[in-house]
Amino acid sequence: MNAEERNYLVLDKIIERYGERPGGLVRVLYKAQELFGYLSPDVQTHVAEKMCLSVGHVHGVATFYAQFVTAPQGKNVVRVCMGTACYVKNAEDILDRFRELLGVETDATTADGRFTLSTTRCIGACSLAPLLTVNEKVHGHLSVEGVARLVELYREDDLDTDEEVSPVERERERERQRPASDQGAAPPPH
Amino acid sequence: MAPPTQVLVCDSTACRSSGGEQLFKVLRGEIKDLGLDVRVVKTGCYGFCGLGPVAVVHPGAVLYCHVDEDGAGEIARTHLRGGRLVQRLLYRSMNGEGRRNFLHEIPFFEKQQRVVLENSGLIDPEDINEYIARDGYFALAEALRSRAGPAGVVDAVLRSGLRGRGGAGFPTGRKWSFAAAQESPEKYIICNADEGDPGAFMDRSILEGNPHAVLEGMLIAGYAVGAREGYVYVRAEYPLAVKRLEIAIRQAQKLGLLGKNILGSGFNFDVDIALGAGAFVCGEETALLRSAMGFRGEPRVRPPYPVEKGLYDKPTIINNVETLANVPVIIRCGPEWYAALGTGGSKGTKIFSLAGQIRNTGLIEVPMGISLADIVYDIGGGPPPGRRIKAVQTGGPSGGAVPAELLDVPVDYESLQAVGTIMGSGGLIVLDDTDCMVDLAKFYMQFAAHESCGACTPCRVGVVHVVDILERITRGEGTMDDLHELGELADDVREASLCGLGQTAANPVLSTMKYFWDEYLAHVKERRCAAGVCKALSH
Repeated sequence: MNAEERNYLVLDKIIERYGERPGGLVRVLYKAQELFGYLSPDVQTHVAEKMCLSVGHVHGVATFYAQFVTAPQGKNVVRVCMGTACYVKNAEDILDRFRELLGVETDATTADGRFTLSTTRCIGACSLAPLLTVNEKVHGHLSVEGVARLVELYREDDLDTDEEVSPVERERERERQRPASDQGAAPPPH
Repeated sequence: MAPPTQVLVCDSTACRSSGGEQLFKVLRGEIKDLGLDVRVVKTGCYGFCGLGPVAVVHPGAVLYCHVDEDGAGEIARTHLRGGRLVQRLLYRSMNGEGRRNFLHEIPFFEKQQRVVLENSGLIDPEDINEYIARDGYFALAEALRSRAGPAGVVDAVLRSGLRGRGGAGFPTGRKWSFAAAQESPEKYIICNADEGDPGAFMDRSILEGNPHAVLEGMLIAGYAVGAREGYVYVRAEYPLAVKRLEIAIRQAQKLGLLGKNILGSGFNFDVDIALGAGAFVCGEETALLRSAMGFRGEPRVRPPYPVEKGLYDKPTIINNVETLANVPVIIRCGPEWYAALGTGGSKGTKIFSLAGQIRNTGLIEVPMGISLADIVYDIGGGPPPGRRIKAVQTGGPSGGAVPAELLDVPVDYESLQAVGTIMGSGGLIVLDDTDCMVDLAKFYMQFAAHESCGACTPCRVGVVHVVDILERITRGEGTMDDLHELGELADDVREASLCGLGQTAANPVLSTMKYFWDEYLAHVKERRCAAGVCKALSH
């Protein structure tokens, strides 16, 4: 059995658990996205058949909500927060800098598959504005100058390893050996 | 015997992201290495997020802020073993008033009144026993035991004067009495945790810091109106809140506080989670219902209201997180005690999130009736050095900007409406002289255009058209005709839209045009943006 078949088996179990009521569709799609990385037409069709819904209904839901993606994502998904607090602290400039460095537009993936650049709605950690998330990790108090270092950190992360330690933690380790003067992110005012 | 020493480490999204997780690990390790008998506890949010990561050492409530990994070691060695304060990590007032050692001495907390947030930052949100030890679930027991029955609970909430904290301010007791009057064997309680307002994070903090208070509020609501099932509709952007809720639900089920025959009373009630998937419109109750039923979140016309025809067409109460978290307090302390807090028409306290151009960012809880100026200058510490506050935006994308000269306005539903904004859910964004109000209006309108569900034309088309005009103005291509059309169009969108999103979408434009007309004129007539935000304009 290959990985994809295994994923479909897991998905069927989730549909059994949450799919009884039509309200479970959003939850099922979440889990499907977790398993497959994105909601492909095949996955949407599979969910529709198993839940006795029309493919149109499932597709309509999958494309209505910002959290669902219907195209493959890069290894590192960068989501720049575009909430008000981040906006008034120049999040737009940070997004521009990412576009420039990665050479992609918003909601696109780099050719090497390493990065997907996207924006996110407010994640409610406005004290850290401007901020972004890379995959599940939040990075706060950003500066335009700090963007290049952040990209470098995640670029260094070897594609083939599945380490416990995130590149950021490794960098912190190095940081402690270094003087504090060349920090990429602006330190919070104290 | 001396009280045991404990270190409370804030473990909410903001502190975690600024190094709180690491702090917890290092602190535990150091304490173990030193062989100290000290308990390290993860708690919810203290509210002073701008100082994160924070740790509080008890006894004494000594607050350490911006604790880095070296700092964790210092706290263990100097304070916990050596009994001396770590001077370097104590709170330092920005106004040059020197260090403050203890939590209660810090000006940020002085004007606050923490009623709903009382347990946040004090208890471990992942341990139901700690909630119970702080009188948790006693309000539920009280309600179930009371001779007055469900009607007595509805009456208590009515007498407390509690109004919806989602922003509109509808009296909660009235909503409950409508639902209670519906003849239906099936009813639902939904907790609206979709907190879509950019810049608002009080619901997230409550769910992360004190999830059981919300569950208890739902249980009491369920008992009061005769519902047996509840759902928390929570944003997927809040993974930590979802995780803590799941843990809280499991623990409550295990103790028999959720499920069948609760506390032997014959009352059955259970709670599940419905995930929101990133759509601002789903904060609107009819859109939320459709979303919770697995459809696209498109609103419908009201009436019928959800209390008559809600989830799966059954009577449904939809209350915001903060509203529900107030309920146990009302039952435990009594509606009279609660109604003594706040003002004539707005009872109790309100939680606000402070963000933007302000020194102390974070989460605060204040009695209704306090002025915005007190919040911004006394609690928030004013603008960053050398800056001048220009306005405070309240109510997020549905609200408006209150200019600096009107900041003496008391915080209550009616007073805020009188100055052209709304209470909203509680996000306060502070703006200073480096912010352009035209650009801010454009930001909110772009947000509304992006989040419009598209079901009705005035909102779908009108808002986009408003964005076009604002983009022209901020590019320096605006005319006086544009300004005239902008005002008219904003009025049309407000009058003709189907739901609350569209009806309030143009508020940021209307309020900035009212108070900052000179900025619009400068953009159009002089091609000038004084704040220097609009890059196409020289200044």
